Amino acid sequence: METFFFFFFATLSIAAAIAMITSRDTVNSALFLVVNLVAVAGIFLLLKAQFLAVVQVLVYAGAIMVLFLFVIMLLNLNSEERFFSEFRIKYGIAFILSVLMLSLLVYAVADATNTLPVLSPDSAHIGTVEALGDTLFVTYILPVLSTAILLTAAVVGALMLAQRKNSGKKES
Amino acid sequence: MDPLIFSILVMLAVVLLFMLPSAAVAVYAERRVSAFIQNRYGPNRVGPLGLFQPFADVIKLFFKEDIIPDKANRALYILAPMIPVATAIVTVAVIPFSEFVYITDLNIGVLFLLAVASLSVYGVTLAGWASNSKYSLLGGLRSAAQMISYELPMGVALASVILFAGSLSVVDIVGSQETWWNVFRNPIACIIFIVAAFAEANRTPFDLVEAEQELVGGFHTEYSSMKFGTFFLAEYMHVVIASMLITTFFFGGYHLPFAGYWLPEMGVIAKSVLDISVFLAKTTFWAFVFIWIRWTLPRFKFNQLMRIGWSRLLPLGIINFIVIAIILYYLG
Repeated sequence: METFFFFFFATLSIAAAIAMITSRDTVNSALFLVVNLVAVAGIFLLLKAQFLAVVQVLVYAGAIMVLFLFVIMLLNLNSEERFFSEFRIKYGIAFILSVLMLSLLVYAVADATNTLPVLSPDSAHIGTVEALGDTLFVTYILPVLSTAILLTAAVVGALMLAQRKNSGKKES
Repeated sequence: MDPLIFSILVMLAVVLLFMLPSAAVAVYAERRVSAFIQNRYGPNRVGPLGLFQPFADVIKLFFKEDIIPDKANRALYILAPMIPVATAIVTVAVIPFSEFVYITDLNIGVLFLLAVASLSVYGVTLAGWASNSKYSLLGGLRSAAQMISYELPMGVALASVILFAGSLSVVDIVGSQETWWNVFRNPIACIIFIVAAFAEANRTPFDLVEAEQELVGGFHTEYSSMKFGTFFLAEYMHVVIASMLITTFFFGGYHLPFAGYWLPEMGVIAKSVLDISVFLAKTTFWAFVFIWIRWTLPRFKFNQLMRIGWSRLLPLGIINFIVIAIILYYLG
């Protein structure tokens, strides 16, 4: 069963990635990227990395992609011609069915040869919050703190740039 | 009983017997309570005390013509109403209803709740965009900005709750409140969480998403028939879910006040019945508070909304988190 889920998520993520690159409509692209990110979260879950899977959905699919969509919706307003592509329901259903079919085929071929390695029993604990916290905040505390400082500096820098632009507008 | 079958049974019971009817009950309660607050009668004609009014409403919605705008993005237009309902139902997966009755005890329950809440933004945003109408689009954009902004204070408030429980599992968090509820130990986070929960549920005073006076109907302007009904259902389900979360994280979940001090040992069945009744009573109370506030407070302006979220609640939450972390560290 896990092998099948792996192939399903793998096929789904690759198919969504291809669809994201090839679709002409930017909003459809962004939504395919969301599907891709959720599928990758599913693969993380199969590898027993629960924390990583949930954070993938929370940060990338939930927050960053909503901001992307936000910007796309605001910028697309002027190009009324290409506002909506011809994405129809039948294409959506065809996408889902073909992904399912392909993953079943790959599963049927791959299961006979036992392609996937067996997870060691230790790996069940590696992905939990406790283990991750222990590693990050005890062993690797210095890199974590320096990354935090770097990120804070980047945020302050972004804020400075935005402020300068704003105040320049007021003067002119 | 086999744990898998037990959790499937709990899940079915919660979703079919509680979540879906709760929306209908909440709609009826909203109309009666609002009538009471405004010194009117409210719906009292259909059935005893007007109790069958929700059925009449839903049947009316089913029989209305289902219109999809010609220039709308059909696929997303149909997909959008399903997302908020799905996220509302998924949320109950990690909420414990009793010491023994819960669907699953996730190791990362709190993060799961936040992740699901962050996905529910898509429903409103896509509905606004796919309708291809300026009122809908403005409503959708407002909702995206509002929900992203208020997820942060909510997350920070939950982080300080996690400090007390020492675990990300919701079952452990409720267990840690047996003697002292979190509202007594951590009142500031409680206030921040309640405000953020109101904003996440798009309820007054944060209902800019569908501000009637300026946006007609907001993101669901173009929706009709049962697609509109689905949004309606989702809104009230989110009210119930938010009440459940407030109860779970700050008002002791299924625990009676200070239960650790005086509540005697009980059998599994008796304890479960007591726990579920207590939990439902608290949830009902908070759903009532949601309605009460809606008919009492006026709506915020958008700049006020953003200022409250980013420059009041978020810094307050971070300071609260740091102070509590220091106190807990020195208490050992």
